[in-house]
Amino acid sequence: MDTIVSLRDIRKVYHLGGEDIAAVDGVSTDIIRGDFVAIMGASGSGKSTLLNILGCLDQPTGGSYILNGEDVARLDGNMLARVRNRRIGFVFQNFSLLPRTSAIENVELPLYYGPHLRNAERRERASRLLKRVGLGERLHHTPGQLSGGQMQRVAIARALVNNPSILLADEPTGNLDSRSGAEIMTLFHQLSEEGITLIMVTHSDEIAQQAKRVVHMRDGRLI
Amino acid sequence: MNLLLLLRVALRALWRAKVRSLLTSLGIIVGIAAVIAVMGLGNGATVMIKDQMNSLGNNLVIIFPGSLNTGGVRGGTGTQQSLMDGDATALGKECEHVLSVCPIVTTSGQTMYGANNWWSPISGVTPNFLEMRRWSMAEGDFFTEADMRSGSHVCVLGATVAQNLFDSDSAMPENTYIRIRNIPFRVLGILAKKGTAAWGQDQDNIVLAPLTACRRVLQRNPFDNVNQIYLSLDSMANLESTKREIASVIRDRHHLSSDADDDFQIMDMTEVTKMVSSVSNLMTVLLTVIASISLLVGGIGIMNIMLVSVTERTREIGLRMAIGARQRDILRQFLVEAMMLSGIGGLLGVGVGVAAAHVLADINHWPILVSPLTIFVALGFSGAMGVFFGFYPAWRASRLNPIDALRYE
Repeated sequence: MDTIVSLRDIRKVYHLGGEDIAAVDGVSTDIIRGDFVAIMGASGSGKSTLLNILGCLDQPTGGSYILNGEDVARLDGNMLARVRNRRIGFVFQNFSLLPRTSAIENVELPLYYGPHLRNAERRERASRLLKRVGLGERLHHTPGQLSGGQMQRVAIARALVNNPSILLADEPTGNLDSRSGAEIMTLFHQLSEEGITLIMVTHSDEIAQQAKRVVHMRDGRLI
Repeated sequence: MNLLLLLRVALRALWRAKVRSLLTSLGIIVGIAAVIAVMGLGNGATVMIKDQMNSLGNNLVIIFPGSLNTGGVRGGTGTQQSLMDGDATALGKECEHVLSVCPIVTTSGQTMYGANNWWSPISGVTPNFLEMRRWSMAEGDFFTEADMRSGSHVCVLGATVAQNLFDSDSAMPENTYIRIRNIPFRVLGILAKKGTAAWGQDQDNIVLAPLTACRRVLQRNPFDNVNQIYLSLDSMANLESTKREIASVIRDRHHLSSDADDDFQIMDMTEVTKMVSSVSNLMTVLLTVIASISLLVGGIGIMNIMLVSVTERTREIGLRMAIGARQRDILRQFLVEAMMLSGIGGLLGVGVGVAAAHVLADINHWPILVSPLTIFVALGFSGAMGVFFGFYPAWRASRLNPIDALRYE
């Protein structure tokens, strides 16, 4: 099997008031290409910290993280930004779209920070992805003119625009009604079928059960 | 991101908050406009002063007789009758940097033509006077050496005198005679208009006649003394040495012993020029300082608004970082925004400033001179202000931690 994420003894320790608190306390796991993993756990279990480390937003205090064959645990800020741009797609609970900015421009955003593309090329890629998530008719709507489910689909299109190795989703259905949530999960299934590796954090059993694999976290460890 | 893209993104961000952007730029607009207007007026004043000094004549030095001292009563400059025709001739011959010499006798009197009459100063001069004063004729000709020698009763009128004696503006009739102190003088021509001198004297209120005629029939002076001698130098660089030379020549001719005071005074225009232009320079500097303070305040306004904007857009910054923006991308984005705020402010300020300078100039009849250099410097300065005052907010933005920024409420 083709391993895309390999974590070995990942630790994240915070110093709070002279005390060391391990938010992530020795996590080791492998995720293969095309997997769809749900991470579950209560608040404070360390799942968000783990997701931040997976997303190269945060660096572990110890352990190794091999993403797509590259050790990313020791990269500097600029290199991490590059990895986030090329290898990782993020989907957030609150969508995090730029307000008063059209859907297509929101989707184009990551392309500004990558290799230079011509305007037409950027447009073309962004509109292709918006069509893929079913928003081909709403390219020029701003977030204010879209429903929650539609906004999250714009965010997914944005996450995919640079053909990332993994797609990370932090409570992607947390702010959505159940019908929109179901739509998003359907879309995730489609993407998973197409071979995209998905890692999702959630605390809803119902949502988690739709993943191929569910892992639980408690006190910074996988159980 | 390339520059064009950065500019577009920044422009869009500013456009989203139009009113705020405009109000923020207002400080810069006012500051730059004030600087442009003040410098324009200052430069205009300097040019005007230079023009007026030039209109006085070619590198002119003027010699007056000294003051008369009778029994302790001192009469003031020019009361002594110590300067002679011969002095003028000698100066022309002996001073190496003196190009031409014009002895002058002065008086004043009532001129009459038909039913009109007008009071005016009258100067008896030699024919080279016109050239020395860089003056020209509006009509007719100046008198000649021949008029000088024969003491002809001819004269040339300043524009003010002509205007007051001849009602109409039409051409002067041939063979016009006016009476000066009841003595008929034939009018040869009218001088070109020269305007008001820097100290407020109307230079066009003058009648010029040959020195000889003026002295004999108007001054009724049997002697050879003159009231002034105009000297024109080849270059102002030789002013000091020539002044010493003049003094020694005249002292020699007047047989003054080495411990006696000069019985003449030498005056040149450099001091007047210096004084007038130092006043105008001082005003320009003061006003520029005030304008600069308003620019500074404008810059602080930009810094303030950029800090607010960074705080407001913390989540946007976090998102941009999450999708691959490096610190320097964020820094650049906010720096370009700040530069654009101040740059656009600068452009509008130049427009407003040039307009204001023209309006002020029109209302007050002041000359203005807004040089391209001023505009260029003002624009460069406003851009630099954007960088200076935009750097701190942009730096703060770039140092945000992406995780905290994303979670910022």
